[in-house]
Amino acid sequence: MTTENEAGASRQKQQDIPKLSGIVLDEEHLLTLTEISQACAVQTGYIIELVDEGLLTPQSGAETGQETSFREPRPHFWRFTGEQMRRARLASRLQGDLGVNLAGVALALQLLDEIAELRERLEVLGGDDWSRPG
Amino acid sequence: MEYKDYYKIMGVARDASQDEIKRAYRKLARKYHPDVSKEPQAEVRFKELGEAYEVLKDPEKRVAYDRLGTNWKANQEFRPPPDWNAGFEFSEREFPGGDASQYSDFFESLFGHAFRSAQGGRAGARESGMGGMGSHGGRQAFHAPGEDHYAKVMIDLEDSYTGATRAITLQVPEVDQQGHLATREHTLNVVIPKGIRAKQYIRLAGQGAPSSGQGKRGDLYLEIEFRLHPYYRVEGADVYLDLPIAPWEAALGATVKVPTPGGTVGLKVPPGSTTGRKLRLKGRGIPAKTPGDLFVVLRTEPPPAADEADKAFYRSMAEQFKSFNPRAGLGVEA
Repeated sequence: MTTENEAGASRQKQQDIPKLSGIVLDEEHLLTLTEISQACAVQTGYIIELVDEGLLTPQSGAETGQETSFREPRPHFWRFTGEQMRRARLASRLQGDLGVNLAGVALALQLLDEIAELRERLEVLGGDDWSRPG
Repeated sequence: MEYKDYYKIMGVARDASQDEIKRAYRKLARKYHPDVSKEPQAEVRFKELGEAYEVLKDPEKRVAYDRLGTNWKANQEFRPPPDWNAGFEFSEREFPGGDASQYSDFFESLFGHAFRSAQGGRAGARESGMGGMGSHGGRQAFHAPGEDHYAKVMIDLEDSYTGATRAITLQVPEVDQQGHLATREHTLNVVIPKGIRAKQYIRLAGQGAPSSGQGKRGDLYLEIEFRLHPYYRVEGADVYLDLPIAPWEAALGATVKVPTPGGTVGLKVPPGSTTGRKLRLKGRGIPAKTPGDLFVVLRTEPPPAADEADKAFYRSMAEQFKSFNPRAGLGVEA
């Protein structure tokens, strides 16, 4: 009975809240080592481990041109994409929750990627019934 | 508040050894982990499981829990007996699994208070359960910035073509002055920029958790997901649409109206098209500096033979195409 009033009130409330604009993490907005660590709530050392294991491949922030003489740019020149942040969070969750080691996480991520790709292909083939049981 | 049967949730006997409990947890966690599981209700099951394991793996908490007795049934209305935990000294340590705010009222009433102080102000805007950081979590130093928060935002594909504003309501757990855990609703009006794609993140600086010290607030990351559309499929920046056409449109060619998320357009179907033919509408995918494409996949749709006149027409068509064998490729004769 009061739904209309409530809806009106919430609309009113919504208008009172200022609009927030964020930054889309796309090809142009990359994360530094500190930012990705903070975003994943892990120590920077953990991100470095993921890079060493080949789980994350950072881009070098070499636009500055200073580090080009190094074959491997130093970690504080690394830049990560939003997708890599998703992977790093996934890796840290799987490690914490399932007790798998880094190599196991790497394998799990690779298999998860493959499954996602296969599901996508199924969907394109019109196999929705298979890819979405229930 | 409902009683939780932690042994039943973990599928172990009340006298199970700590090793058995650990094994059961690992097995079920792999099955129900929201990041890997396709089981229905995986997230809910995984949370329950994490809570049950939190209690049963810790000998102190397990003994305390066992003291409630065996007469309780799962989901039965529950009040903790007065002074039920008298004589127990819970060590105050951090939940390794990370996020007490995700646990039930039942857990909260039994163990919440004792562990609160170790928890700090964690918030539960995460999309996938109580995932923990294991040994990598680490406490933040006093002046470290507040924790970053996450939330998933469902938008329509059309929103990405036009841009949109979405009101997003987050449940933020807070500890009030009496030490009780309460959730506060926090609503944000967020601009969804044009051209956003699924799985991309929007970072809202300073909208995460406050620092426990003098540091700056954490950030809020919104992960974008498209609602399943009744007829569009999205792959990266490209959009796919199955388009039914009449047999004469396919055979003779035609200009037909095609819906796109950006509005209706006219599409020229070349003569002699067949089902499965893919036509590209360049740049009609998700907008960007280099926009995606819209792929139209044709499907011929024959009209039904509804009455005698229709049937007569199909019969004369059969007569006209006597030599046509649609199954020639299958090696059978007409």
